[in-house]
Amino acid sequence: MTVKVASDWLNSCSGCEISIVDMGERLLDVLKVAQFVHLPALMDHKYFGQRGTGKHIEIPEADVGILSGGLRNQEHVEVAEAFRKSCKIIIALGTCATHGGIPTLANSFSNEEIKQRYYATETTDAPGAFPSEGLPPLLDSVMALDEKIAVDIYLPGCPPHPDHVFAALVALVEGRSPVLPDKSVCDTCPTRREGKGQLKSVQRFLKAPEYGAPGEPLDKMRCLLEQGYMCMGPVTRAGCGGDGIVPRCVSARVPCRGCYGPVRPEGNQRLDMLNALASNGIDIATLPESISMLRFSGAHGLLRPAHK
Amino acid sequence: MSQTITIQPITRIEGHASIGITLDDSGNVADARLSYMSLRGFEKFIEGKPAEEVPRIVSRICGICPWMHHLASNKAVDGCFGVTPTPAGSKLRELMQTIAHAEDKLLHFFFLAAADFVIGPTADYAVRNVIGIAQANPELATQVVKTRQMAKMMLDKFSRKTIHPVAGVVGGFAKPLLEEERKEMLDKMQQILDFALFTIDFAKKGVFPQYLEAIQTLGVIKTGFIGTIDAQGALNLYDGKLRIMKADGSYTDFAAKDYANYIGEHVEPYSYGKYPYARFWNEGFSMDLEQPKGIYRANTLARINVADKMATPRAQAELEEFRSLFGRPAQATLLYHYARLIEEVYACERAIEILKDPEITDPNVRAKVEPKAGRGVGCVEAPRGTLIHDYTTDSNGLIAHANLIVGTTHNLGPMNMSVNQAARTLIKDGHVDEGILNQIEMAVRAYDP
Repeated sequence: MTVKVASDWLNSCSGCEISIVDMGERLLDVLKVAQFVHLPALMDHKYFGQRGTGKHIEIPEADVGILSGGLRNQEHVEVAEAFRKSCKIIIALGTCATHGGIPTLANSFSNEEIKQRYYATETTDAPGAFPSEGLPPLLDSVMALDEKIAVDIYLPGCPPHPDHVFAALVALVEGRSPVLPDKSVCDTCPTRREGKGQLKSVQRFLKAPEYGAPGEPLDKMRCLLEQGYMCMGPVTRAGCGGDGIVPRCVSARVPCRGCYGPVRPEGNQRLDMLNALASNGIDIATLPESISMLRFSGAHGLLRPAHK
Repeated sequence: MSQTITIQPITRIEGHASIGITLDDSGNVADARLSYMSLRGFEKFIEGKPAEEVPRIVSRICGICPWMHHLASNKAVDGCFGVTPTPAGSKLRELMQTIAHAEDKLLHFFFLAAADFVIGPTADYAVRNVIGIAQANPELATQVVKTRQMAKMMLDKFSRKTIHPVAGVVGGFAKPLLEEERKEMLDKMQQILDFALFTIDFAKKGVFPQYLEAIQTLGVIKTGFIGTIDAQGALNLYDGKLRIMKADGSYTDFAAKDYANYIGEHVEPYSYGKYPYARFWNEGFSMDLEQPKGIYRANTLARINVADKMATPRAQAELEEFRSLFGRPAQATLLYHYARLIEEVYACERAIEILKDPEITDPNVRAKVEPKAGRGVGCVEAPRGTLIHDYTTDSNGLIAHANLIVGTTHNLGPMNMSVNQAARTLIKDGHVDEGILNQIEMAVRAYDP
């Protein structure tokens, strides 16, 4: 059977789409069963008709709609709504779509502050007014997809691992829901935990952790948090390593920063991490800042401009 | 009656843009422009973040060239903290960046651009894409997918995360390269070089000759160029000084850290994206097709135009052949595709050179650093052009101030001009169809990525 698929990128970087391409030869298999009807990255279907004379965004009918990126401006909302109308199942692909992603760091600032800086850098010729002619107005904050439309399947990750994208597509072709990891990064991390930490503070990642000889396997390295490095593994959903399971960043000898979003979809990575640190006797006042703990999941009102 | 045509989204490009064309009463082009629709505000929202974290944040500016942002950012943070990366750390960064270039050019040529040439610019949109190519030529498609995947998985396997990498760190690189990994990468890189040589040959014999007329006309404008060169004047993707060349071939070289003395950014009311231009030419900014002011171009064609030579032998031979046909600087917009394939050969050759460097497996990959107040400018050549990250840190090593000039933006003015030129040339007396609109988009696609 053939499944009709529509796909688009909203407030995104195209990393999710590249992750789809990174399925490699499996992509050719997908193309045998998926018929794409809208896919700006690779094909030329247009919002306003192929002659560009339409007045409203039109998305062809599809069984599955895949949207990456969060919502940053009014046009993203219109595209998302058109997708909801035309597609039976909506997949939120990637952490921007599920939790807002890195662009939600902007939510700590007002749109005015963002534009003030962008249009007044040392190299910019000061404009009379900020650009707006024919441009979609910015929303008040960067949002996850489900703040405006109903979402059926959440596929977090920055980017989602190609194994999971593939598994999800196969499941949909077979008419069932995909099964995705629901543990924490720590639950799937092979590093060695001794559990008898005397830590009073966690440090910034400014020097290499101890891991023995260069080729030493990961299970010989002590847990990065126990070595005193800030690591978001305890409060982050597993999956970045795909079917190979092993967390990607930790296997590069680099601590996790939380790119799969919270373990429970409605969790708060910053609050959960601060709680975890405090309950282990770590003085959280020694952290340089904590907004970065929400760098992947600041939508749903979690990051807001500071009151002045 | 006047009519408005909106080509949106521009497809088979990496990013969010639209083309608006207004026709006058007689059906000729009154105005044609490109709008860049995205505004995310990275300059603002990295303020207050620990500088060493920023290379893992700004990578999200682009999921296609995350290595470029990751490394330009790491170089800027090195500058802020006053640290020089260890030689092996620096070489591993360049190795990753160079392989990422090699992978990206295959992706662009075959997945995004080729359909216009192999399937045809006016073919039905349902087949004018990589899926159509896969159906028409399954053997070539399989070969392309496999080779591109080989390059991508080399990055993935060694660095562990290649879409939004984390292995570049302030002071160098997070992990050393083992000898057995080096051998495996060298073997694969040789295979990718072979495919790069096949590709440029395939394009020179089977693709470009059919489109000579289009190359001479479509989207053609006359501008200056920007790129990075090494101390010998050869093209370099990772490091060196910047060169801005005028359309007449004369040029000015400068250190990347002094970019603000040379480059300005113009703002248009109809585009969130800003338009960099050569402010130091002191002629202002204008996208007038006959008499542009301050306009230079970035990306492949620009880099091979400003370079005196290529640093590797096969790429140098290709450059000589190219120059004998099109001169220096070459201006025809579709030649970006040709230049991209020359750069592909260079990237493969350069990666092999680095992998043969005995220092590449030195385990000393990361220099000691202390956070402090400072300023650093990090510059690399991203696929779409010269990429500049400029940070200032406070005494705690948090970002106080940031300015970014992203590769894509250098070409916003030129793309606007090429769209305008293509629309005016192709749309006459109200005659416009899907094939014509796609050809106007081809003028944008050439610049991407």
